[in-house]
Amino acid sequence: MSGSYDILIVGIGGQGTILASNILGEACLIENRHIRGAETHGMAQRGGSVESHIRIGGEFGPLITPGQADLLISFDLLEAFRYSHYLKPDGKMVVNNHLVLPTSVFTQKLKAPSEAEIVAELKKHALCLLDADSLAIAAGSPLSANVVMLGAAAGVMPLKPESLLEAVKRLVPKKTVEINAKAFEAGRNAGGTFR
Amino acid sequence: MERRYLLGNEAIAHACVESGVDFISGYPGTPSSEVIDTLRVQPDRPYYVEWSVNEKVALENALAAAWCGVRALCTMKHVGLNVAADPLMTSAYTGVTGGLVIMSADDPFAHSSQNEQDTRCYAHFARVPCLDPASVQEAHDMILEAFPLSEEFGVPVIFRPTTRICHSKGDVDLGPAVPGGRKGEFHKDPRQYVVIPAHTRVLHKKLNEKQPAIRKRLVEKGFNRYEIRGKTAIIASGIGASYVQELLPAGVSFMKIGAYPIDEEWLGDFVRKHEKVLVIEELAPEVEEIVRQVAGTVPVFGKKNGYAPYEGELSPATVAAIMEKAGFLKKSPFAPAAPVQDLPPRPPILCAGCLHRGMFYAMKKVFKDAIYPSDIGCYTLGLQLGTVDTCICMGASITVASGIAHSGEPRDIICTIGDSTFLHTGIQGLMNAVYNGADMTVVILDNRITAMTGHQPNPNSGATACGVEIPAVSLDAICRACGVTFVETVDPFDITGTVNVLQEAKKRKGVKVIIARQMCVITARRAGVKRGRYTVDAEACTGCGTCVRFGCPAIEFSDEKARINDLCSGCSVCAQLCPAGAIGREGKK
Repeated sequence: MSGSYDILIVGIGGQGTILASNILGEACLIENRHIRGAETHGMAQRGGSVESHIRIGGEFGPLITPGQADLLISFDLLEAFRYSHYLKPDGKMVVNNHLVLPTSVFTQKLKAPSEAEIVAELKKHALCLLDADSLAIAAGSPLSANVVMLGAAAGVMPLKPESLLEAVKRLVPKKTVEINAKAFEAGRNAGGTFR
Repeated sequence: MERRYLLGNEAIAHACVESGVDFISGYPGTPSSEVIDTLRVQPDRPYYVEWSVNEKVALENALAAAWCGVRALCTMKHVGLNVAADPLMTSAYTGVTGGLVIMSADDPFAHSSQNEQDTRCYAHFARVPCLDPASVQEAHDMILEAFPLSEEFGVPVIFRPTTRICHSKGDVDLGPAVPGGRKGEFHKDPRQYVVIPAHTRVLHKKLNEKQPAIRKRLVEKGFNRYEIRGKTAIIASGIGASYVQELLPAGVSFMKIGAYPIDEEWLGDFVRKHEKVLVIEELAPEVEEIVRQVAGTVPVFGKKNGYAPYEGELSPATVAAIMEKAGFLKKSPFAPAAPVQDLPPRPPILCAGCLHRGMFYAMKKVFKDAIYPSDIGCYTLGLQLGTVDTCICMGASITVASGIAHSGEPRDIICTIGDSTFLHTGIQGLMNAVYNGADMTVVILDNRITAMTGHQPNPNSGATACGVEIPAVSLDAICRACGVTFVETVDPFDITGTVNVLQEAKKRKGVKVIIARQMCVITARRAGVKRGRYTVDAEACTGCGTCVRFGCPAIEFSDEKARINDLCSGCSVCAQLCPAGAIGREGKK
């Protein structure tokens, strides 16, 4: 078995999971480490549930096996719950405290768990729950929520926070470097506490 | 040398530039589209690049360029190769002078496709080499070898990555770009390029005579290789080889297959050195069948004796389970982990403000229990709205509609097809339906772009692949030229106007065409189109649920009231539907 550190980033199509994956990839290049990833493209992106697999130090296939992920980063509560079986028993979760109900709940009257029910379930794992949307708005743009999430996870990933911040600066649009640097720091301050 | 973290398709595109590619054509299709999408936006391109109207057109263009001695790349998804199969089969006979690489991307598990066909079978059928990468780096490196290989043997080379190569990422070592800049020159040689029977019989023999040398060269190039480590062996291809390598126990030999045709003598020598072999590959048993032919008395484990699946994609867990079942691994290292049950699914859905939703609503209102053949595009998601009864392949909405009409089925038939799909293979079906007197209505969902695959331009968009503005084709004029007399264009955001035209079409005999025109909501947003958002007046809302049933992701419902969230893009259709008049533009009373 390879000794890769496996991260699953999940969310809803359009929330910026691909940029988050690119930032982790760039940070690995900075530290001269191998990385493998896999992501959702095409029709599946249209408002559907999306997943990005990232294997830091990976040298083989890009897919993470359920029950093997070291870290789950989720942009949405329901998606965190949906993919929670990917975590290994001592795996960690960084989750945005925000719930978008799928349209199927309204059109087909499907039952959805409440926010409180989901959070209670997620707490069975080492969980860092944060309001990334508000922190992003405070940093200057709601679009920087993905960078807030990476900041919150920075303390547990086997990458130096400086490398991650450098990767953020290289990959976000030039005009938004300052906002995203702030967002990363806001995430770092909010992260690090797992309960 | 430079190392970058790239998507498989970006690495493939870069390798084409490193190969000095001169000519590029293709038709978008997941998971292949990002190769041309990467190449068409490069600054100072030394090559020609086009989005063609379909894969047959793309391949014939690329083939002709390769006949002129330049290096050509043609990209498509696996089912696109069905459309291009006609030129493919004979291009193997005529051969090429410049390298021709045909990238046909397979989609095991049909993540975004209508079937799970295996391009390797086409390569076998056409008798052309096929390269099958196991990683992003190998995809890049194989492209560098593919052009010279095509030139050495004078045959097209098929390059067959899968979704888990095209849409996976890795740190990739890249080489420098090589300026192509060759000028094509066509040397007349009717015995090569005019496949009348007398010529083609000779060409067929020549193609067959090339095969043994091709098989040898693929081993020499290192695409197919092995390491003897013990008495048992695993033979694996494609992404499956990467999964096996991560799990391979000490003392088990490993053969990696990355190219076809496989040298049978070489393969047989390896197999017969072992007491048993396991074959791991996705989709068709292409490798396994040859292994079984050469194995003699050596037991072979694979799909044919139930150890591995014929369908779907492999994963590390399925490969571990196969290895355990066949006795090549003591125990899978992966404990079973079941997903949480009964969570509401979040499938892909038409965007808030998508023109298709308004059109489907109006169609259902007028045509009720009619039959709704449809086609390949974002609008296939209309399945969720009850307005997609069939979908089989590109262009087949119109032909399925006329077939149903002529079968004697008495109900109304109204089919939907996107603008790009209509130009791909829809026009012939329309001409045929008019010619043969079918009674049916065709709706062309005209969002001026090939949306589902990532917004590639087509002849209806007014710009080429490289952004050069050109006059858009007239869908109206094409339909009229096919003999349709009822051709009306509607705005699907105007429900009343659209319903009126649909009612008129329903009354008439023959083939009627309605063009539903509105920009794709994503391209509109990128172009800076801003419409005001809509909001629900909670006091006026009666909680009747009409707007919720419209199925827009911007509309939520709780405590017996509807609410519009920030996904709203201002199409206004829900405001037109609300029987209580409770929905209005934000900030207006």
